[in-house]
Amino acid sequence: MADRELTFEIFRYNPQKPEVKPYLQTYKLKETTGMTIFVALNQIREEQDPSLMFDFVCRAAICGSCAMVINGRPRLACKTLTKTLPARIKLFPLPVFKLIGDLSVDTGTWFRHMSLKTEAWVHTSKTFDPKAQEERMDNETALKIYEAERCIECGCCIAGCATANIRDEFLGAAGINRVARFMLDPRDERTPAEYFEVVGSEEGAFGCMGLMACDDNCPMELPLQMQLAFVRRKMASIGIGYKPGKGIKLA
Amino acid sequence: MSTYKTLITDVLVVGAGLAGERVAVEAASHGLDVIILSLVPPRRSHSTAAQGGMQASLGNCAMGEGDNPDVHFADTVKGSDWGCDQDVARLFVETAPLAVREMAIWGVPWNRVVAGKRTLPDGRVIEEKKEKEGLITARDFGGTAKWRTCYTADGTGHTLQYTMDSMVIKMGITVHDRTEAISLIHDGEQCTGVVARCLRTGDLRVYIAKSTVICTGGYGRLYSASTNAVINEGSGMFIALNTGVVPLGNMEAVQFHPTGMVPVWILITEGARGDGGYLLDKNLYRFMPDYEPKKKELASRDVVSRRMIQHMRKGYGVDSPYGPHLWLDIRHLGAKHINTNLREIANIARNFAGIDPVKDLIPVRPTQHYSMGGVRTNIDGAAYGLKGLFAAGEAACWDLHGFNRLGGNSLAETITAGRIIGKKVAEYTLGATLSYNYELVDKAVKEQENRIKALVNGWNGKENVYELRKLMEQNLMDYVGIFRNGKDLQKAVDNLRELYHRSLKIGLRSNGEGANPELAQALRLPGMIKLALCISYGALMRTESRGSHAREDYPKRDDANWLKRTLAYWPEGADLPELKYEPVKITELPPGDRGYGESSAESQGGKNG
Ligand SMILES: Cc1cc2nc3c(=O)[nH]c(=O)nc-3n(C[C@H](O)[C@H](O)[C@H](O)COP(=O)(O)OP(=O)(O)OC[C@H]3O[C@@H](n4cnc5c(N)ncnc54)[C@H](O)[C@@H]3O)c2cc1C
Ligand code: SF4
Ligand code: SF4
Ligand code: FES
Repeated sequence: MADRELTFEIFRYNPQKPEVKPYLQTYKLKETTGMTIFVALNQIREEQDPSLMFDFVCRAAICGSCAMVINGRPRLACKTLTKTLPARIKLFPLPVFKLIGDLSVDTGTWFRHMSLKTEAWVHTSKTFDPKAQEERMDNETALKIYEAERCIECGCCIAGCATANIRDEFLGAAGINRVARFMLDPRDERTPAEYFEVVGSEEGAFGCMGLMACDDNCPMELPLQMQLAFVRRKMASIGIGYKPGKGIKLA
Repeated sequence: MSTYKTLITDVLVVGAGLAGERVAVEAASHGLDVIILSLVPPRRSHSTAAQGGMQASLGNCAMGEGDNPDVHFADTVKGSDWGCDQDVARLFVETAPLAVREMAIWGVPWNRVVAGKRTLPDGRVIEEKKEKEGLITARDFGGTAKWRTCYTADGTGHTLQYTMDSMVIKMGITVHDRTEAISLIHDGEQCTGVVARCLRTGDLRVYIAKSTVICTGGYGRLYSASTNAVINEGSGMFIALNTGVVPLGNMEAVQFHPTGMVPVWILITEGARGDGGYLLDKNLYRFMPDYEPKKKELASRDVVSRRMIQHMRKGYGVDSPYGPHLWLDIRHLGAKHINTNLREIANIARNFAGIDPVKDLIPVRPTQHYSMGGVRTNIDGAAYGLKGLFAAGEAACWDLHGFNRLGGNSLAETITAGRIIGKKVAEYTLGATLSYNYELVDKAVKEQENRIKALVNGWNGKENVYELRKLMEQNLMDYVGIFRNGKDLQKAVDNLRELYHRSLKIGLRSNGEGANPELAQALRLPGMIKLALCISYGALMRTESRGSHAREDYPKRDDANWLKRTLAYWPEGADLPELKYEPVKITELPPGDRGYGESSAESQGGKNG
């Protein structure tokens, strides 16, 4: 295994130079033990092609920077060992997100927009009293919130989602999961109707076709299927009597 | 004539990690206009990688009973080996509990006290009190008298950063991500902003501000084995150093973490040892109790790291293609515990080394981890040397950590210092007027434009940026590591000096167009080598051992001569820093034995092996 020669076919395109059409460039590399796509791409950049663009920050599946389509599947490149792949490895940037260049896409802007649309912060009327003891919370509740908060905004669920690929403003599994995170949080004072404003539409919970590509693609193994069902159930129960046309808050 | 975009704001925060965002939130809540710059989207900052937790003496959990700011203060000062400023440490320990509670209101799902009895891995039975149920709990972390580390499961940094960023979004604070500050604009007295490079297009931009705050995190990636994210290259520190008037404090104080996983150097958190993990040698023998009978695997980081190196030097390391290492054993904690409480660690071992810690041993060795040094500021976070310049977080030398940071004190520093310094920044900015000199700005931009042209066209030479970088990393790793001595340090200084000159002759291999990554690296490297020189030269001159700075040829702490802080300046045209010194502030606790590492005999470590 350690003796394999790997062939990388990598998508190249610089949106600032539209006159050069997108193309696939081939690089060859000797596989080493424990090699990940992170290790391989850096080696290619340092030894063969210093112009190659890609993003890594934590190289430990924590920061969500490095998602790309690896042999047809959206995954975290830092968390993908080459030994789990055939010797020909095709790398493409994530679809849906704006391309910055080669394998680098602008997930940051997408996710900030999603946070704004879903007002992803604790809505509370309380102000901080430096002298007071903290309000109590049941540890089980804390853990449940954390479970939903574990999303690292990598975009894998969005890239693989049929709805997100055709509908620009679709919140995607990550967006709906984000809403679930705040619904689970007793500190957030939003009413069901207010949440409905945020996710009770085709751009939110009702746009989802339930094919669950998102669930399979999530590197954090978040229970997306469960969260989608949770939010949809909640929305359906208050949706009776909902007047369309009022719409959801869009940025 | 150059064309560039200019943006004007009250407060410019360089860095969107926890420290930067906390400063920004504070400044914005005073009604000020704030722009945050960051290399990456805020939520990808390195702060999210912190898993263990943050220290604050809430004293809610059973093992934290009786804790208070005084105990936290003593731990911090002892940990720092009396290298910190005690007025800063005092302010910090008093504010940390507040900062934690504030984060709870904003949304952090802190783990809470669950009442009832439970058995610790070492067999002790403890009972959490009913009246404390639901309050914020804490876990054990290396080197503290009480359990004081507040946490959210295995993702404390993640939840803190996500919550802080949710406040930034809620308040509508402007964030320019994928933007790198590459120089400070100043006239030798006043800082008026930065020249930045857009990492989407490669364009230069100017940010003019009444106050500029450097919150750019640590420089771990100067070392070849580091637990830090790949963007931690110390750029905020060297743009301050480049001014010639702003000093960096205690750059020789570099912390190593005992357990970086071989060979990717991903950190295996203290949690593994806190929950009862052992360190084993090549004979699968648990050696730490021999060296540290009381604290064993939980002695402070520098002590554990040194014991590991000492033990490996005696020939007990496990051989591997990546050099000798030791084993971390958590198998006895059981699959359930490993897969829930230590899930992140289990995942790291599985995903990045292909091993299962339920059945397998984890290969580990001490790895560069934390930068105690940084932009020297006063207690208000104001940088020495330039008005209108501030710093906070790991990029700063506030100086809370002295020569050794306690685990959990740096996350605590980010939000505590962010809160305190943010307020000082706001007060300063509210009293300041915006005045800047157009020619000065233009000159600052031109200087960067010229550097870029020279690199792209290879006018100064054809040195390969990646080759030089590897050499720099290797020199620090080999000669400025955990055990240091005069001969090796001198070698490092000589080599790095030569590398510095070579770095001025870098020429690109690619065309440097747009957001070209090679150009970004080439712009940074000379500054990174300057930092490497500050570290090694400071270490060479400091002829004593203190905290993480362990000299084999000077194994004892020397308070008579060295109870002082190094300040490194970089005069224009120099190829070595100029070192000055200042006394540390001792307000409460006179220098004494560190106590917890059993052994101030630790200083004999070098001699023994
Ligand atoms: C693996 C790991 C685990 C850790 N665990 C713990 C723990 O459990 N407890 C604890 O207390 N501490 C821990 N630490 C330390 C702690 O995480 C850091 O010290 C802390 O998060 C630093 O925060 P910061 O805001 O200062 O910097 P960072 O979070 O590193 O943020 C720096 C910011 O600056 C930006 N930036 C950098 N340079 C530039 C530039 N030139 N222009 C524009 N923007 C720039 C970056 O984009 C980033 O947004 C850990 C560290 C590591 C490496
Ligand atoms: S289940 Fe819904 S959110 Fe998930 S991929 Fe399918 S359409 Fe997208
Ligand atoms: S839900 Fe999972 S796949 Fe989607 S962005 Fe979050 S971590 Fe990535
Ligand atoms: S680099 Fe952070 S998730 Fe891959």
